[in-house]
Amino acid sequence: MKIFKLVFKNTLRHKLRTFLTIIGIAIAVIAFGLLRTVVTAWYAGVDASAANRLITRQAISFIFPLPYYYKERISQVPGIEIVTYANWFQGVYKDKNQFFTRMAVDAETFFDVYPEFKLPKEALDAFKKERRGCIVGRDIAKQYGFKVGDIIPIEGDIYPGNWEFIVKGIYTPRDKTTDGTQMLIHWDYLNEKMEQDWPGRANEVGWYISKIKDPAMAGGISKQIDNLFANSSAETKTEDERSFQQSFMASVSAIITAMNLISFVIIGIIMLVLGNTMIMSARERTREYAVMKTLGFSAKHLTSLIMGESFIISCIGSGIGIALLFPIVSGFEMLIPKGYFPIFRIEPITVVFAVMAAIIIGIIASLFPLHKALRTTIVEGFRHVG
Amino acid sequence: MGSIIRVNNVAKVYRKDNFDIPVLHNLSLEVEEGEFMALMGPSGSGKTTLLNLIAGIDRPTTGEIIIAGIDIATLSESALAKWRADNIGFVFQFYNLIPVLTAFENVELPLLLSPLSKGERKIHVETALKLVGLEDRMYHYPKQLSGGQEQRVAIARAIVTDPLIIVADEPTGDLDRNSAEEVLLLLDRLNREFNKTILMVTHDPYAAGKAKISRHLEKGDLV
Ligand SMILES: Nc1ncnc2c1ncn2[C@@H]1O[C@H](COP(=O)(O)OP(=O)(O)O)[C@@H](O)[C@H]1O
Ligand SMILES: [Mg+2]
Repeated sequence: MKIFKLVFKNTLRHKLRTFLTIIGIAIAVIAFGLLRTVVTAWYAGVDASAANRLITRQAISFIFPLPYYYKERISQVPGIEIVTYANWFQGVYKDKNQFFTRMAVDAETFFDVYPEFKLPKEALDAFKKERRGCIVGRDIAKQYGFKVGDIIPIEGDIYPGNWEFIVKGIYTPRDKTTDGTQMLIHWDYLNEKMEQDWPGRANEVGWYISKIKDPAMAGGISKQIDNLFANSSAETKTEDERSFQQSFMASVSAIITAMNLISFVIIGIIMLVLGNTMIMSARERTREYAVMKTLGFSAKHLTSLIMGESFIISCIGSGIGIALLFPIVSGFEMLIPKGYFPIFRIEPITVVFAVMAAIIIGIIASLFPLHKALRTTIVEGFRHVG
Repeated sequence: MGSIIRVNNVAKVYRKDNFDIPVLHNLSLEVEEGEFMALMGPSGSGKTTLLNLIAGIDRPTTGEIIIAGIDIATLSESALAKWRADNIGFVFQFYNLIPVLTAFENVELPLLLSPLSKGERKIHVETALKLVGLEDRMYHYPKQLSGGQEQRVAIARAIVTDPLIIVADEPTGDLDRNSAEEVLLLLDRLNREFNKTILMVTHDPYAAGKAKISRHLEKGDLV
């Protein structure tokens, strides 16, 4: 590529303009990456959901509990392997910004239904033996320095009181879509306390989770479960985990859709920014292109010249954008409450998207000026006043 | 010595917004090898058009243009581009140097299309720049040179490929007397010492006087 030098020198011809274009592309890539990261973080819950789990909750609202005795009845529905259950415990650890999920679960069955929470057998046994025990996710263990044997004090809110839990084990998320920030306590222990202090709230379950044999049966089984409790004082709504996750975030889905859309609009904007720069450059160089054609340079050479320049600008801009995206996403993660998004990271696909977009934008932005440069005859080029 | 350039019954009509603008009418012209011919005539008489046709950067509407035995009007676009690179050296009124390239790089530009190595290109470029007396300005950019110097760089660029014919369109049109004189002396030397066939468009009778022969164009006809 003997003319690479000229491509390079052309890029630096209007240093300020090139600089501003590069900054524009970098900012757009950062905005794109950040939006995509937020969108993927939202969808991570949905992606992580298993097709073979059904969630049964109170029909009117998630916040109303279901009676404990439903467990037996649900277990009897054909096609169901195991039933487990959980309550939203939450409470406050240190202060309200330390936001990680705290749930009361059934120690006997929970980890069978959620195999993606990997826990060594000894730890599980130790947890089962200690009523005040708890299991924490690897990520919060790392973040807060929790070790087995530590006591975690929680100030109750949904379940008032000053609680203390002893770390009995640390679970490892199976893969990157698994939430590694949960804290799990004994439902039995919680229930005991309720029997003592708030008898009216004893034997209540937040939601049931049923592991089914065949995901294809999810619809029929859900209906059967709900039929069991039709016309009772606590009717149920059962759906597969994915639908459950989706309805859980239905309220934000419009915003997510908009963010999704905007992230792609941004790519269009980068294209216009670069396209505009390329058109201005090519117009100013109309005479030079005529000179080069006169000297015998071909369409192929002009293509490398114009596309090459567009490409360099686009790649530098995207490169800077991607390089800055990582610290910016980390910074952004620190600004939002801890654990608000269990999984908040730049997906490789986001980077791949940005790189591909850079390449495609580099090509597309140069098409119009290129077409014009090739179509202009030498004679017209020399007569061009510009 | 035979005619190196034969223009036979060439007409050129430009079309612009559905209007036909006839510029050359059945024009014929022969130029001998080693000739230094000045083409004179008032503005708008078609001098540039004729030069462009002979140099193969435009095509006649009718007629043939035979340069060293080749009818260039029949060549394909890419064959014509290669033919230009091999046979024609161009000098323009406004120098048309690439502003981001140094004198050296501007002169080297046409050689990038040749199979010459970097080292060979350097020798050719230095020889050409020496010939025009700018060996001490090789790494200057066009804006660091005077108009006369820029035009001499352009002449070096035109001769670096050792073309058969040099075409110059008003090469002194934008220069002061002294610079013009230098450029004309240079063209004269290229013609005498290196036996280059030169076709120069000018409307300056003084410049035309430096050529061996002049022809006049009036409204698209040679007179
Ligand atoms: N590409 C073109 N399109 C339309 N008209 C042109 C074009 N080139 C030249 N002309 C017209 O042809 C005539 C001759 O132009 P030109 O050959 O440039 O004359 P000269 O060089 O003698 O001044 C002028 O009237 C000019 O306007
Ligand atoms: Mg002219």
